[in-house]
Amino acid sequence: MTGGLLEREIGFFHALRDAGVNISLAEVLDATRALGAIDLLDRESLRAAYAATTLKRPAHRPAFDALFDLWFPPVTGDPSASGRDGEAAGGEPGEGAQGDGPPDTEALRDALRQLLLDGDEEAMRRFARETVRDLGKADTAPGRQNWFSYRVLRGLSPETLMASLLDNLLAGQQRGGMAEKVARQTITERIRQFQEMVESEVRRRLAEDRGAEQLSKTAVQPLAEQVDFLRASRNDMVELRRQVFPLARRLATRLTAKRRLGRSGRLDFRRTVRASLATGGVPLVTHHRPHKPHKPELTVICDVSGSVAGFAHFTLMLAYALSEQFTKVRAFAFIDTCDEVSRFFTPGGDVADALARMSAEANLVWFDGHSDYGHSLKEFAATYPDAVGPRTSLLILGDARNNYRATEVPVLRSLVARARHAYWLNPEPQAYWGSGDSATTAYAEAIEMVEVRNAVQLEAFVQRLLPT
Amino acid sequence: MLQPQFASTADVSERLSAAGYLTDDAIATTVFLADRLGKPLLVEGPAGVGKTELAKAVAEATGSELIRLQCYEGLDEARALYEWNYKKQLLRIQASKDDDSWDDIHDDVFAEEFLLSRPLLTAIRRTEPTVLLIDETDKADVEVEGLLLEVLSDFQITIPELGTISATRRPLVFLTSNATRELSEALKRRCLYLHLDYPSAEREKAIVLSRVPEIAEQLAEQLVRTVRALRSMELKKSPSISESIDWARTLLALGLDTLDEEAVRTTLGVVLKHASDHERAGSQLKLD
Repeated sequence: MTGGLLEREIGFFHALRDAGVNISLAEVLDATRALGAIDLLDRESLRAAYAATTLKRPAHRPAFDALFDLWFPPVTGDPSASGRDGEAAGGEPGEGAQGDGPPDTEALRDALRQLLLDGDEEAMRRFARETVRDLGKADTAPGRQNWFSYRVLRGLSPETLMASLLDNLLAGQQRGGMAEKVARQTITERIRQFQEMVESEVRRRLAEDRGAEQLSKTAVQPLAEQVDFLRASRNDMVELRRQVFPLARRLATRLTAKRRLGRSGRLDFRRTVRASLATGGVPLVTHHRPHKPHKPELTVICDVSGSVAGFAHFTLMLAYALSEQFTKVRAFAFIDTCDEVSRFFTPGGDVADALARMSAEANLVWFDGHSDYGHSLKEFAATYPDAVGPRTSLLILGDARNNYRATEVPVLRSLVARARHAYWLNPEPQAYWGSGDSATTAYAEAIEMVEVRNAVQLEAFVQRLLPT
Repeated sequence: MLQPQFASTADVSERLSAAGYLTDDAIATTVFLADRLGKPLLVEGPAGVGKTELAKAVAEATGSELIRLQCYEGLDEARALYEWNYKKQLLRIQASKDDDSWDDIHDDVFAEEFLLSRPLLTAIRRTEPTVLLIDETDKADVEVEGLLLEVLSDFQITIPELGTISATRRPLVFLTSNATRELSEALKRRCLYLHLDYPSAEREKAIVLSRVPEIAEQLAEQLVRTVRALRSMELKKSPSISESIDWARTLLALGLDTLDEEAVRTTLGVVLKHASDHERAGSQLKLD
């Protein structure tokens, strides 16, 4: 193996480690050994070889792909030669040297429409390369260039092609039905594919100009499970919601494993005597009844006002996905007054639907629609006195930003006193607690407040909450 | 010891597709590396994307025998590695004459003859090409992983009474997992890793066409697109490849040649297995 490649590989692994992928020395050795076995000129083989030897969790895959593009960029051949090809394919003979005069976006959009309709990947990748070259460049300072994917995507705005693409793809079929939904999905997928191609091409261009080390730090997006709930984009939330059921299943499996390992219960006389027959009536091995797992009731009170709604939704989904671990789950939502929302979560029903109905139908606003923890707690305690009892685990979700209203700490204190466990999950970083209109300090005296900024922290907390 | 079965990545994809398994770049390269480096391959992914099929196809393509260890809760050494046939041992002791010394009996009773070989030991001892499939590793208890470590890193098994048995010919090992729990770092480190996900549209169409050759290409295309639309919804269980294939067979059996609202409504049970998923798909695809 040549020194250049080895150095590149080590740089790549360092970047991966910085992005949170654990790579042990044994895996580095495996990777290096693997390189001896494959065809190094085939870039996809190389990618697969590195992935097989170093990646052990699917969640790390996006980071891996982004970094691989940076450290092992595809060879595209002589740029000027590909430039001539590009103009032939793009159908703009009039445009001369690249960069002069605005490229003809209408012609490009037509070409893109055709490509999205055909779905030919290779042609699409070539097109992405050309459009990045023509549209994605900006001179930020004299002698310095920068490449931007948003310039390309804004220039072409592939989403706006949807209507005409649908017309083409449906070819006279009825609109509004299943056919449209399916066609729409196909197109959305291809558009996303194109966007990814553009982004990866932009990364390649940037890496060419500035070197991979520089970019590695910024190119990788944090894992969905580590994204702060308060800062999560819509895409992040969708990704997180997808992970609710796997997460719940993982938690449940871990729980049963822990329960099995725990000490067993009373002597099972019948089984012990039966087993003793095999050893001549001498009970060598005693058998025990398994412990009856203790299942608590769960009561969740959550703030669903704008800023923290994403967090509340995710946690509610998780609570219902885990509902078989509890005897009963009751959910209450509030903004400035409190309403029970358990009725929206039917067993086996669709949780995403339930969340939508909850925000539309539940009675959550009493005065002005700004968070009012004090009034909501008082309302909760008065209306649902039976919701918190000696077997209840009480969870309150919210950032405790109370808009400087009355906190009603004594009400909370009496709720906590009645419950078996009580926790307040706060999606804000601990450093901000008590700043501005945050009533965290007041509430934290009455209840244990836990920082749950992301899915990882939530998982750790739920593990603590679930009894063994 | 190490006797690679495949000549190149292209060889892998060619022979696997002859065995009825269509690969992509990542699968072919990873299988090739597992074979070449003699390392076990951990295949992870949602249910029904063809993890077990991959091992079966490799066994068929290389003409190896497939030895399968199905993991479940409570799987132990006696079921996975080996067990002493104590009934036979007891018989031997009772049948012994008085002049047999204890040493003789002792040596005799712990001999090959009284050893019951379980999948892992069987795979290690075979001299012909072997594919060892450890299925649903995540279902087994954590202790089983510890047991696998010796087998998978050194391809040897230590039996206290007999000594260490090393593989004369390394089997090609596949471990599959649905990721219901995270496998230990130690186990993952010893394996190559392949994450199988739902395939690209073209590959899925090719798979459906190769598995259900009687289906019209037009219909297969339509079916794959619909399945992908279903996957984009937030369902409890997204349909996987095996469901696509089942669906294709169902349509064929019912003699349907186009996938319209009516056809989807009557056959949705083949792809979606939860009542809430049905409702959701029904309303999003505007079936009624």
